[in-house]
This record gives sequence, C-alpha cells and structure tokens, in this order.
Amino acid sequence: MSDPAFQQKSPVVDTLAAWLLAILWVLPLLYAVWTAFHPSEFSAKFSLFAPLTLENFERAWTAAPFARYFFNTTVLVAMILAAQLVLCTLAAYAFVRYEFRGKNILFALVLVQLMIMPDILLVENYKTMSKLGLIDTLLGIGLPYFASAFAIFLLRQTFKGIPKELVEAATMEGASSLQILCRVYVPLAKPVYVAFSLVSVSYHWNNFLWPLVVTNSVSSRPLTVGLQVFASTDQGIDWSIITAATLLTAAPLLAAFLLFQRQFVQSFMRAGIK
Amino acid sequence: MLLPALVLLVAFTHYPAVATIIDSFMSTPKPNRPSVFVGLDNYASMIEDPIFWQALRNNLWFALATIPLSVGLALAMALWVNGPMTGRGFLRMAYFTPTVLPMIAVANIWLFFYTPTYGLLEQIGGVFGLPSQNWLGDKSTALASITVVAVWKEAGFFMIFYLAALQGISPSLREAAAIEGAGRWFFFRRVLWPLLMPTTIFVLVNAVINAFRMVDHVVVMTRGGPDNATSLLLYHLYEVGFKYWDQGYAAAITVVLLGALATVALVQFFVLDKKAHY
Repeated sequence: MSDPAFQQKSPVVDTLAAWLLAILWVLPLLYAVWTAFHPSEFSAKFSLFAPLTLENFERAWTAAPFARYFFNTTVLVAMILAAQLVLCTLAAYAFVRYEFRGKNILFALVLVQLMIMPDILLVENYKTMSKLGLIDTLLGIGLPYFASAFAIFLLRQTFKGIPKELVEAATMEGASSLQILCRVYVPLAKPVYVAFSLVSVSYHWNNFLWPLVVTNSVSSRPLTVGLQVFASTDQGIDWSIITAATLLTAAPLLAAFLLFQRQFVQSFMRAGIK
Repeated sequence: MLLPALVLLVAFTHYPAVATIIDSFMSTPKPNRPSVFVGLDNYASMIEDPIFWQALRNNLWFALATIPLSVGLALAMALWVNGPMTGRGFLRMAYFTPTVLPMIAVANIWLFFYTPTYGLLEQIGGVFGLPSQNWLGDKSTALASITVVAVWKEAGFFMIFYLAALQGISPSLREAAAIEGAGRWFFFRRVLWPLLMPTTIFVLVNAVINAFRMVDHVVVMTRGGPDNATSLLLYHLYEVGFKYWDQGYAAAITVVLLGALATVALVQFFVLDKKAHY
C-alpha cells in the first residue's frame, strides 16, 4: 500500500489538507476541554496563564443528579445489551440451524426493522408503553430495542460461515442443540459479539429522542436527557458548567475510545461490512 | 427460539407501523370523545399546515447538503488515512472521534461555538473585523449551521466503511496502474471508484436514513426555530405528537416518514442491489 511510486505522488498539498481537516475536526472538542477546565472568565479567552480548575465539574455534578443519570444509563445500556445478545443469538441460531416454512418471509420481516427504526414510530410506541404501564421506566426505554434486526442479521451471517464439520462432530459426541450453540457457535463468533456490543453500547449511551419522550422524572432519565434538561433549564448561560457537564456525559465512551481505538474502529468496520 | 425476538419485533416495529397508518385516518381521542374515523382529514390538515411544508423543505435541503458533503469528506478521509501520510494514527482518531460522542453533547459544544458575542466563531470573525453574526438566530444561516454539525458528526463514521473497503483492495492494482503510468486521478476514477461502488451505495443508504432521523441537535440547538427555519420532519412530528398531543395528525406525519423510508428501501432493493455485488 505504501509503494514508493505512490509515495512520491502523495503531494504536500494532500498532507496539508488532511491535517487541516483533522484540526478542524478536533477543534470543537479541544475548545470544550479548554472551557471546562478553566474558570468561567476564561471560557472564551485564551491565555497561557489561565489557571486550571476542576470547579466546573464539581458544580455541574452537584447542580443536577448526574450520579443518578450515570446509574440509569449504565443499567439501561447493560440491560439492552444483555437482552439483545440472548434474544438475537437464539433467533439467528434458529434461522441458521432449522428449516421451516416461511423462513425467508420471516427473515425479510426481521430486516424491515433495519429501515424502520423504533425512533420513527415513537408516537405508537409511546401508546404501547402507556398501555403496559412502562412510561418513565428504564424497561420502557429499552424494550423496543431488545430485538435488534441488525444483531440477528450480523449473527446469522457469522453463524452461516461456521463449518458444518464442527457441528457434525459435536452432534456425534452427543451434544444437544443448545450445547452446540454454546460450545461451538458462540465461541467462534466472539469477535462479532465484541463488535456488536461496542456499537450497541455507544448507540444506546448516546440515544436521546425516545428516552426524552418516555421519561419524565429523575429516577429513569438517562444521561443524555439529563444533560439536556440541565443545559436548558437549570442554568443561566454559564457555559463553563454546561461544557463540563457535556464532557462528563461523553467521558466514559470517549475514554474507552481513546484507550481501545483500534478495537473500536475495527468493531465499527466489522459491523458495517456484511 | 425465534419467538421472543419475533414477538418483540412485531410489537415494536410491525404493529406500530400498521397502527400508525390506521390512526392517521382517525381523530385524536379526547377524554370525553373517543377516536372516530375521519377519513383523510388529518392529511388535509397536513396539506394546509405551512410548518409541515417548511419542515419537509428544510429536511430535503438538509438531506441534499449533508449527504454529499459527509460522504465526499468520508471518502477523502479514508483515502488520506489509507495512504502513506504523516501522522495517520492521529488523523484517523481525529476524524472518528465525533462518532463516539453523543449528538446531545456535540450539539451543546457547537451551540457554544455559534453563540453571538462570545462564541468561538464570533471571536475568530472579530479578529478579521467581520460583523457580528447570530448564526443560529438568523433564518438565513440557521439551517446551514445545523447542517455543518451533522456533517461533522457523520463523516468520520462513514469513513470507516470506505477504509474497510480500501483495505480490501489489492495493492497490486495500484502497482499495475503505476507501471502503466496512470495518474492518481485516473487511477481513482477508473479503478478505485468502481471498486468502491458497493460501499458508496451502502453509505448513501445510511446517509439518507440518517438525514430523516437526526433531530437531537435540533432539539438542543434551535428547537426548530427561528420561525421554524430548522424544523425537520421528525422534529415536527415530535412537536405535534408530544407538545400538542395531536395523535391523529402525528400519525399522518409518521406515515409520510415511513413512506420516505420505504421508498429508500425499495430503491435500494430493486435498483441499487442489481448494480452492486456484496
């Protein structure tokens, strides 16, 4: 990929453009970091001698129940992921291992969800949730996402690629259907599970509109909604504190990303190519 | 084994999609007046609703701007990061970072950027002696401002798919082209671009869906204002459904959105998939 002939032709202009774009891309974030770590009088003034401070974070943390929001988001994300992994593994396994009538139609019906995400159907889903009495609960936020067409699709593709010989060998040994799933399929699909988990966690950590609609109290609000409530009502326009709260919200994912960059990029890649 | 997943899928995708279509022909239930069949009334009020048309227009402009920009930038980013470039690791990280941030956080950061008198843009403008500009408060710039945010957020995500595709292309092709004396542009147009076609289609479909689905930044930055200049379809739907509680009308708007997505799906299935082989 880095043959010399090409290297010569990769001109300085390209490198400059690439770097310029990269700087443009990180600038908003750097600016946010600057604002959050400095006293508010420096929020838009740049000076080398501006004192560093954590006060903005402290004030944000105490001004709104962020601890509770963090807890809610963590539980929510974990619950959704666990449900997705179990339900979608079973569904994908059924699609791969068994022949039954209408299988293709059923699979096509599953794929419909790739196009029509729960976000768009929020009015009807809200009605369903209120019938179930799940408004303003974490289960209510998570339930529409438990069965993920994306996960079923991804796992089905992966399971299909697993050699028949392995399954036959396991059957000879007298392994039951469930044992085959747990001992053969799941371990071999591990990279896909990791990839899907990362994508799912970052999606639901960041999800906003549906949680905004279904929740109306501190006890069930996830971080994103909490941040919005905080930024729009509780504060005047103290940007330092809002920015600190914003960074706080994004921090866990951002830190994970910076630490496991390669893993993240590869997971998103793997999830994208089918 | 299939059952639990299927039940949930039907309950939260197929049932609501069908129910929406039925509800769009019904009136909004009131405490003392149950919902009745009203035929096309909801659609009639939609046609007479200037905000709906504006949201639709805004959404089309938003799509027309974000899709080519973010996909084009994504391709450029991928080509750069894939080539022999100084500091590739940093570049890749810089481009991809917005993807892992919540849109809500991104919007808050950019909101501060755009703030009149003390936002960063204003300060940079001030250095060059430009007049003060209220980016989000001015009807003529508000939609463009939120478009920029969407592009910033999305481009790095799409880059990943191009990067994956580029890494699957054999380096010997490039060597062969170099021996033949093909220029860089020629090589891109005649070799890379056709090979990247399936990726481009995949990315485009995602970009179209996202253009109709992204509203988080609107909620944070403008709430559809000023004067509905930044209201997108899904945002309008959210307002009608959960601020005015007009369920019948909200259902009609949902049907329009569903129609748009179904069109994308059909185009992809019948037209594009024939041209691209995964």
